[in-house]
Amino acid sequence: MKLIKAILKPFKLEEVREALTEIGVRGMTVSEVKGFGAQSGHTEIYRGAEYTVNFVPKVMLELVVAADVVDQVVETIMTTAKTDKIGDGKIFVLDVEQIVRVRTGETNEDAI
Amino acid sequence: MKPTTYLPTIAALTMVPTIGFAQEVDTTPTNAEIGFIFTTFMFLVTGVLVFWMAAGFTMLEAGLVRSKNVTMQLTKNMALFSLAAIAYYLVGYNLMYPGDGWAITNILGAFSPTALEAVGLEGETPDLTYASVGSDFFFQLMFCAATASIVSGALAERIKLWPFLVFVVVLTAFIYPIQASWKWGGGFLDQMGFQDFAGSTVVHSVGGWAALVGALILGPRIGKYKDGRTIPMLGSNLPLATLGTFILWMGWFGFNGGSQLYMDTAANVADISRILSNTNAAAAGGAVAALILTQLLYKKPDLTMILNGALAGLVAITAEPLTPSLGAATLIGAVGGVIVVFAVPFLDKLKIDDVVGAIPVHLFAGIWGTLAVAFNTQSSFENAAGEEITRSVMGQMFIQLESIAIVGAFVVVASAILWLLLKNTVGIRVSEEAEAMGLDAAELGMEAYPEFTPG
Repeated sequence: MKLIKAILKPFKLEEVREALTEIGVRGMTVSEVKGFGAQSGHTEIYRGAEYTVNFVPKVMLELVVAADVVDQVVETIMTTAKTDKIGDGKIFVLDVEQIVRVRTGETNEDAI
Repeated sequence: MKPTTYLPTIAALTMVPTIGFAQEVDTTPTNAEIGFIFTTFMFLVTGVLVFWMAAGFTMLEAGLVRSKNVTMQLTKNMALFSLAAIAYYLVGYNLMYPGDGWAITNILGAFSPTALEAVGLEGETPDLTYASVGSDFFFQLMFCAATASIVSGALAERIKLWPFLVFVVVLTAFIYPIQASWKWGGGFLDQMGFQDFAGSTVVHSVGGWAALVGALILGPRIGKYKDGRTIPMLGSNLPLATLGTFILWMGWFGFNGGSQLYMDTAANVADISRILSNTNAAAAGGAVAALILTQLLYKKPDLTMILNGALAGLVAITAEPLTPSLGAATLIGAVGGVIVVFAVPFLDKLKIDDVVGAIPVHLFAGIWGTLAVAFNTQSSFENAAGEEITRSVMGQMFIQLESIAIVGAFVVVASAILWLLLKNTVGIRVSEEAEAMGLDAAELGMEAYPEFTPG
């Protein structure tokens, strides 16, 4: 079982969700986040005073999948979210020790 | 009202008392009453519009402060309007309009609470050439409250609630009415020939001076100025700030329109129409000037400056909304918009932290509007005493300048004494921790936009 955390451009979220649903992903969690990487920030002016916007708005998608489909899921997210412009985001894959479904008490692969 | 209380009055006032059945009493007003009725009605309607400006100020300020201070800003605006209403009733109105009852002739008005006409005008003969006392009080009260609203925006996010409210009471009971009596109460500035139609100086610059002195004594918000740079503190809700500006713009039609003071003749109604059109033109001029100027200066238009620009246009036209042409009104407003765009960063250079731009809008554009009167005012007019006065543009300009200086000096000295008194007794600034945490959580324990609430 793997946890996939993907940090993406917000306007790509809906496309990515659709693509993942098509390959059989049945659930995910999304949060609005801010951060910076290679894209870094940019400057703006508010009431005549310049300031730097260091943190750029992104969405973070979190989903847990069985180990055998990880590559397919990561590939799908990558191809769908890609714009070839700076700031497209990153995908992290982490091990998951245990899953419990709250309603039924099912565990691990049964609970995905 | 019980029929028995008005029947004798009606009978006395009707020109041809044709009483057949009690239900069919002819209640048509006499010709002599029509002017009184229309003017009174006009004061009530325009007074309601000016009242609504309190909502405008509140929304503008709620939008331009950070989200951690929004509830406090809303609280201050509710409290200041209500306290101003009480202060103006108890002291302000008769201090401002003493009639013949000056305590010191043409300088200090009368000290007594406001009294309205008797119910049904029982036993009274109203001045049919003007309006009811009740409508005049209601209308003027709203102007007094607007002055206090101006101060709250400039000092937002760091001033303590109660000392601020003490200042509001003194401002609305004494400082505003005393200086307003000098012009609108027929006092010495009016005798001198000072022209201020609806209060670029009498209302707006007074709020502006009190805000400026307060901002200087209070100091900037923590972290606003660092290593010679200005650190922007972004407004939390620009839709609210924009709504507030449109509400103020709408309220201003009452503010300037009602200041015609009469709606009893075709000429007066036509004048009110001119005033509303010119008021609108000036706001548009101010907004467009700020839109174009921020695009040119900063490569992107700044909405908050456009909002301030529209308001500066309104403040600028307030001293004389009647006589200018539509084109001149637009230009007077546009200059107000330009003033704001340059004045906001200028105040920041001086480390004077004005959260919503109240000082550029109400003080600087107010001074501009008051001076602009000299270009538009009639060269010959009657003063309050009924004397015919003729004056050149420069002559009028000098009187305008002198009046601005006199009102400014009085408000600056009175506010400085009061702010310093409060600072050295109860203190006017919240603790550093409270300021960092936000006044909503620290002082009120209530957030404007709560998250993770129970349930």
